[in-house]
Amino acid sequence: MEASTALKVEGVSVQFGGRPILDDITFELRPGELTGLIGSNGAGKTTLFRVILGLQAASSGSVRIGADGDRQAVGYVPQKFLLDPDMPLRGRDLVGLGIDGHRFGLPKPSKSRRQRIQEMLEAVDAQGFADARVGQLSGGEQQRILIAHALISRPHLLLLDEPLANLDLRSAKEVVTLLSRIATEQRVSVLISAHEMNPLLPVMDRIVYLADGRAVSGTADEVIRTDVLSKLYRHHVDVLKVHGRVIVVAGEGDHDDEPDHGPVEII
Amino acid sequence: MGHVLHALIEPGFFSSSPVRLALAIGGLVAIVASVVGVFTVIRGQAFAGEALGDIGASGGASAYLAGIGALWGFVAFSVAAAGAMELIGVQRVRGRDLATGIVLGAGFGIAALFLYLGTTYDNTSGATVTILFGAIFDLTSSELPLVLGFGLLVMVTLAGLYRPLMLASISPELAAARGVPVRLVGAAYLISMAVAVALSAVTIGAILSTALLVGPAAAALRLTTRPGRAIATAAVIGVSSTWLGVLLAYDSYDWTASHKAWPPSFFIVTVVLAAYLLAGRFCKSGRRGRGLSA
Repeated sequence: MEASTALKVEGVSVQFGGRPILDDITFELRPGELTGLIGSNGAGKTTLFRVILGLQAASSGSVRIGADGDRQAVGYVPQKFLLDPDMPLRGRDLVGLGIDGHRFGLPKPSKSRRQRIQEMLEAVDAQGFADARVGQLSGGEQQRILIAHALISRPHLLLLDEPLANLDLRSAKEVVTLLSRIATEQRVSVLISAHEMNPLLPVMDRIVYLADGRAVSGTADEVIRTDVLSKLYRHHVDVLKVHGRVIVVAGEGDHDDEPDHGPVEII
Repeated sequence: MGHVLHALIEPGFFSSSPVRLALAIGGLVAIVASVVGVFTVIRGQAFAGEALGDIGASGGASAYLAGIGALWGFVAFSVAAAGAMELIGVQRVRGRDLATGIVLGAGFGIAALFLYLGTTYDNTSGATVTILFGAIFDLTSSELPLVLGFGLLVMVTLAGLYRPLMLASISPELAAARGVPVRLVGAAYLISMAVAVALSAVTIGAILSTALLVGPAAAALRLTTRPGRAIATAAVIGVSSTWLGVLLAYDSYDWTASHKAWPPSFFIVTVVLAAYLLAGRFCKSGRRGRGLSA
């Protein structure tokens, strides 16, 4: 039986020391869809991820994963991933830890386990570097291994925190294509956070746009509009579409008072 | 052939009971320290290991003053220090060096006092050297079951922690997201490390104990690309270094006309360093398929 909802976030608010970080966030993700969580730095993307992962308690509201609310059914790719080049760990080993790394005790090697790891590595096109030390791989290669690590436990939901942040344009494109393919083939709901929406535009089914702790969600056409985003930012912004790319610019006059929360500017 | 063997291994080596005890306890300790050390190196906690050893020195000194076995002192003080570091904030990477340094300073002050008291009023300066630099040939057979018991405890704990500890060492964020109690696992590891350091303090001394913890592991990391093999390789390097060190120390008795043997700790540490440097020449990256045979 397949869940019709991969993730349901309802009225989630988070406060740190009385300061609201997230304010009444509501959205829903469906299996097989790729969703972009778009917002500038400090908009609350990482906090929202932490709430979904159960690492941060919400002041109010609820988060429900899949049909049965199983938190183990979330795959996660963190933003910060720095591994020493000397670390004796192959991509293959890291993917294997995705199966049972959270359980106590020693790993139990078996033929079926090796087979499962191999299949996962093939699904993310990582066979070519699966036997190298993870710390010596390029950013794009590490992303593939981390995606395989997150996917091998067959989650309903795959969360990726700024996966494109440190990638060159070509690697970013490859990772985006891969994630889009994974969403469709594995029937998993993929949620990607990014401060830059353009690399995701060609593949995004839906968008959750976060500004100042508040969110609007819907298809790109529903969300990336002058009226919708102006309402979200609580001051006038212009949405410009140039050569298939989107640029959000702050309107005149009223953006001086809150320089940190200004819209994302895209080159 | 017989001449060569005689030149390498002095007559009486294997029939001497202090040597046999040194090989047995030294080997056990080397296995435990090297295996634990792989995680020490991976987690970047070598400084914490050094501090635990130095603080263990105060434990060894106070055990000497109290007239009980040095091992108990090493273990008690190292474990207490690990607890103090954990409370101060060793779980945060940025807090680690600071927490370690603070506990280290306080602990070593106590060592200075106890060693002073022990040597000044008992007129046995040998205790200071034994505690700080070890005396593997002076071990007593009553220490063997103790070392075996503590060693087993550490190995069983580490086997239980293995997967979540590996995940938490790779990325605390990733581990936490999978529901691993990252702080608890880190604390349990730190205590295991304290016991391992205390064990190696018995053989090569409190000050040198980090060499056995970190050296074989660092060498092993260069030789293999897999975590399991790194651990096995570290254990082999640790045991070989200890045994070779013991042999060289035994042989060194006949190196000079005055028959002044050099301390085993010196040889063990030197062999470990040599292994590390040698491993650098066979460094393995496993890059692009080459690692298939790694």
